[in-house]
Amino acid sequence: MSDTSSATVDRAIDTSHMKVSDTDVAIDVVGMHKWYGDFHVLRDINLKVMRGERIVIAGPSGSGKSTLIRCINRLEEHQEGQIIVNGTELTADLKRIDEVRREVGMVFQHFNLFPHLTILQNLTLAPIWVRGTPKAEAEATAMHYLERVKIPEQANKFPGQLSGGQQQRVAIARSLCMQPRIMLFDEPTSALDPQMVKEVLEVMISLAEEGMTMICVTHEMGFARQVANRVIFMDQGQIIEQNEPEQFFSNPQHERTKLFLSQILH
Amino acid sequence: MTYSFVRQDMVDARGAPVNTSGPIAWARRSLFATPSDALLTILAIVFLIWAIPPIYGFIAPTGIGGNAVAPGGTVEDCRVENAGACWAYISARMSFFIYGFYPPAEYWRPNIVFALGALLLFPLLTPKAPFKRTNAVLFFVVYPVICFYLLNGGVFGMRPVPTEQWGGLMVTLIISLVGIICSIPLGILLALGRQSSLPIIKTLCVMFIELWRAVPLITVLFMASVMLPLFMPQGTTVDKLLRALVGVTLFSSAYLAETVRGGLQALPRGQYEAASSLGLSYWKSMGFIILPQALKHVIPGIVNSFIALFKDTSLVSIVGIFDLLNTVQAASSDIEWSSPTQAITGYLFAGFVFWIFCFAMSRYSIYMERRLDTGHKR
Repeated sequence: MSDTSSATVDRAIDTSHMKVSDTDVAIDVVGMHKWYGDFHVLRDINLKVMRGERIVIAGPSGSGKSTLIRCINRLEEHQEGQIIVNGTELTADLKRIDEVRREVGMVFQHFNLFPHLTILQNLTLAPIWVRGTPKAEAEATAMHYLERVKIPEQANKFPGQLSGGQQQRVAIARSLCMQPRIMLFDEPTSALDPQMVKEVLEVMISLAEEGMTMICVTHEMGFARQVANRVIFMDQGQIIEQNEPEQFFSNPQHERTKLFLSQILH
Repeated sequence: MTYSFVRQDMVDARGAPVNTSGPIAWARRSLFATPSDALLTILAIVFLIWAIPPIYGFIAPTGIGGNAVAPGGTVEDCRVENAGACWAYISARMSFFIYGFYPPAEYWRPNIVFALGALLLFPLLTPKAPFKRTNAVLFFVVYPVICFYLLNGGVFGMRPVPTEQWGGLMVTLIISLVGIICSIPLGILLALGRQSSLPIIKTLCVMFIELWRAVPLITVLFMASVMLPLFMPQGTTVDKLLRALVGVTLFSSAYLAETVRGGLQALPRGQYEAASSLGLSYWKSMGFIILPQALKHVIPGIVNSFIALFKDTSLVSIVGIFDLLNTVQAASSDIEWSSPTQAITGYLFAGFVFWIFCFAMSRYSIYMERRLDTGHKR
C-alpha cells in the first residue's frame, strides 16, 4: 500500500505555507485510524485545519471522505490516533462530544431536516434547548439566517413543502443558528438537481467569504477551485495528496490523483 | 423523412367527458365494471335483502316494525313467542351494568367521576382547546387521586366502598383507562431501553418484553390473583382490582413497546444524526425529534393495542372482578327477567357498548393521523 508515500506528501505540504500556533488550529487529526468491523476504512489520517481555512475533500466513492468528516463531530468513533477540535480531544466522554458538537455545524447530503417541525422550529430548536437562548431571540436569529439563505418567506412551512435546494439552504441556516466556528459539509449538493446546486453553492461561497472554517466533501470541482485553500484527495481510506487548488488541478503528483482527475474533469 | 417538430398552437384545457363523473358513472365504474363485478354486486344485494329484515325485526321495537320489547315493557312481553330483543330488561338492569354492586345510595360518586372524566378528557383530545398543560396535569395527576377517594370513600364522611363492590362499565373503564395511560410511558421507556447501547438496560428490557409477551393475559391475571398471595407474607393483602390493574398495565406495555420500537426503527438514521450534530442530548433528541415522529408513524399500531386492551379487560371476570361483561353474564341468570331472549339481549348490549368505545378510539386515531401528517402535505 502507499501508506508511507501518502504520509510524506501530507506532511510536506501541511507546514509549507503557514505558521502554526495552537490557537489558530481549528481541527487537528493525528495518526487516526478507523475500522468498520475488520474493514480498515481510515488509515493514518493526519490533517491540521487552521481557523478560516476552507478545505475540499475529493475522492472516489468509498474512499472514506464522509467517514472522515463524520469522525470530526463523532457521528463515527475512531479507534486509534487523536482528533482535537477547538482544543478539545474527542474521546468517549459525552461532555466533550457535546462541547465539540456545539461548535461544529454539519450539513448532510440528504438535508435531514425534521419533517414534523416548521422551518422556523427546525432552526430554533437547538438554540433554545441546547444553548438556552430565549425563544424571541432564537427566532430573530433564525429569521436573520433564513434571509441570508434567501428564503425568509418559507419560515412557517414544513420541510416537505420545499424544494431540495431550499431544504438544503434551510439545513445550512439551521447549523448556522448554533453559531458554529467550524462547518462540515457532507456532499451537500449530491442529492440536488443541477439548477439547485447553484443556489446552495452560492450560500456556501458567501459563508467562505466571511471566513468560516469549512471542510467540504464534494464533487463540485468548480467550487473547490473558487473557494478552497486546500484540496485533499483521498483514496482507499488514506490521504493521497493535498495541495492548493491551482497546483492540485494543474499539476497532480500521485498516479491515483491523476487518474481521478482525468475521470471527473472533461 | 424528418422528425423535427415545432408546436404552432397551444392546446387549451377543457372539461372532462360527461360519462366520467356523476352517480351513473360511479355505479358503472364501481358496481358493474365487468360481468363478474355485476354478478358480485347482485349477490351482495341478495344477501343483504335476505339478512337485514330478520336482524332488524329482532332489534327494532314493536312500534317501528320490529318484535323487540322497548324499555318500559314488562317481562311478560318478552316471554311472548317470537319476541325480539328484550330491551326492557336492559333498561331495568342498567344501573347494575354500569355500577355493579356499588351501593345505589352512593351512585352520585361514580357519576361525578364519569362527568369529571368527560369534562377533562374531551378538551384534552381536542387539539385546538386552550390550557393544554393545565388540562393534562388535572387529568393525569389530580383526576386519578380524586377518583380514588371518591370511589373508595372513607374520607370526608363518605362511606367506604371496597373494590369488591365496584363493577360494571365503571370497572371496565377504570381498568382500560389506567392500563392505557400507564402503559404509554412504560412502553416508550421499554422500547427506548431495548434500543439502548447499554447492555444491561437492553437485556433487562428485552427480558421483560419477551416474558410478558409470551404469557397469555389470563395466565397473568391468574398468577396475580391466585399465585401472588401465596408468596406474600401472611396477613398482607393487595387489593384484587389493583393486582388486575398492574397485570393489565405490564402486559399491555410490553406490546406497546414493540409497536413503538417499530416506529423508532422506521426513522431514517439521518434524523438521529442531525439531532446529535446539533448538540441535542439523548433525552432531548428523543423528546423533540425522534419520539414525535416515531409515535406518529405508529398511531394505528398503538390504537390497535389500546383497542385490544379495552376488549381484554373482559378477561378480569375470570378472577372474579365484575366488569361490564361479567355483570351482563351474572344478570342473565336473573329469574325475574327470565325470557328466551334475555341472555342474547344482554350480550348484544355488552357487545354494542364495547363497539362504541372501540370505534370511537379508531375514529379518533384516524383523525389524529391526518392532523399530524406534515410530511407529504403540499
